[in-house]
Amino acid sequence: MPLVALRGVEKVYSNGTEALKGLDLQIREGEFVSLLGPSGCGKSTVLRLIAGLGELSGGELEWSSLQHEIGFVFQDPTLMPWATVSDNIYLPLRVKGIARAEAAPRIEQAMQQVGLAGFGKSYPRELSGGMRMRVSIARALVAQPRILLMDEPFAALDEITRFRLNDDLLELWASQRWTVVFVTHSVFESVYLSTRILVMSARPGRVSSEVVLDAKRDASFRTSAAYADQCRTVSARLAEAMLP
Amino acid sequence: MKGFLGRVLPPTVILILALTAWEVAVRAYKVPVYIVPGPIVIFQALVRDWVTLYPSLIVTVVITLSALTAATVLGVLIAVLFAQSKWIERSFFPYAVILQVTPVVAIAPLIIIWVKDTATALLICAWIVAFFPIVSNTTLGLNSTDHNLLNLLQLYGASRRQVFWYLRLPSALPYFLGGLRISGGLALIGAVVAEFVAGSGGIQSGLAYRILEAGYQLQIPRMFAALFMITGTGILIFVILTAVNHFALRRWHESAVRREG
Repeated sequence: MPLVALRGVEKVYSNGTEALKGLDLQIREGEFVSLLGPSGCGKSTVLRLIAGLGELSGGELEWSSLQHEIGFVFQDPTLMPWATVSDNIYLPLRVKGIARAEAAPRIEQAMQQVGLAGFGKSYPRELSGGMRMRVSIARALVAQPRILLMDEPFAALDEITRFRLNDDLLELWASQRWTVVFVTHSVFESVYLSTRILVMSARPGRVSSEVVLDAKRDASFRTSAAYADQCRTVSARLAEAMLP
Repeated sequence: MKGFLGRVLPPTVILILALTAWEVAVRAYKVPVYIVPGPIVIFQALVRDWVTLYPSLIVTVVITLSALTAATVLGVLIAVLFAQSKWIERSFFPYAVILQVTPVVAIAPLIIIWVKDTATALLICAWIVAFFPIVSNTTLGLNSTDHNLLNLLQLYGASRRQVFWYLRLPSALPYFLGGLRISGGLALIGAVVAEFVAGSGGIQSGLAYRILEAGYQLQIPRMFAALFMITGTGILIFVILTAVNHFALRRWHESAVRREG
């Protein structure tokens, strides 16, 4: 049984834009699914609907359990500039009414997981873009989500930082057994990270094809022939999806 | 320390040059003291009349600070009320604007007639002038919260109260402090203007009243001395509020963080 299933989902914005139509997709527990598509194909809309931000105009969205903690990472880090790193990470727990003292070890652990140990008292503006994104990820982790939704989280970062964060994210995913839904417009990033890629096409947004990947991913994978092959396949699917 | 000197030294040099030029000009052209006194004569007047000027300064400062406090408390409360719903804001904001655009000199006589206690009347006048920047800036600040942060809190199931305390209030802080800095100066102006209007009644003895009184007696150096005291008070209020602003924002807001060259 999938963790979350979307069936025939439609989304029409108040200005009349038809963002999604007849969209079907399922996310199973433990998967790393990428939503890949050209800009304007509604990938972010799908993510927001899964997160419960915004109403469906049609179709249905079903969770397998009532208890589903969601972690959300936006394209920009979306931190509170007036709060320290640890206060930013504390936010989800604070909303749940967990006392600071009780939350402290969990905040510490989340910071360690993303490589932020020792930065608790820094302010976001004192950090680099990559470090800020780590804070954003730590904030998503601290609430121990069943599913992590990421909306082009590394799109604004330089390539070196992006590769490092890709590796760190994969490592966390492998050790924590999360479910991740990852929105991206990069073929290379999606192939590197995902167990499954859903290629989307635009106007109206829908899933046009699916690519299942089963390679063992590590540092050597990025330069392997298998990786290049899969990138070629996915690129072809994306090109098909973008045909009028 | 170097930064501090760099900030204080240039305006100080300009001040000394200007005062010297003033003194020299007054002496060279033999300008009579009852038209334009030189800085030295003004300083002598300040020392001589300190006994009467100082209590007046206290009266003006007390009115100014009370008005500023009232403007801050009510301004923030009203802004918070405005932030609760667009309808409340739309319904009442125009009246805040009306209060702002009506010149205080024009309504001060009315207020002085209506309110028996002169000190209260002056306080109300100064408050009217001081409160708008705080209301409008704080309202803007409360409405400027990052939308993604709002989404995030919605996702975590935060209550309205939590959104307000955790996000909206802190985001409004730089805007509020900007408003406060403007209001500090305006409260003093409001207090002095109201004192001028009430001044002929002769009940109050603020600095503005001293200026009027000295004018009637052609004590021009004393007029200048009182004027300097008002200006000095205004500068002091500005410096204090700037320091508060800097202290509150120095770690995180672009306006207060030093830019590395």
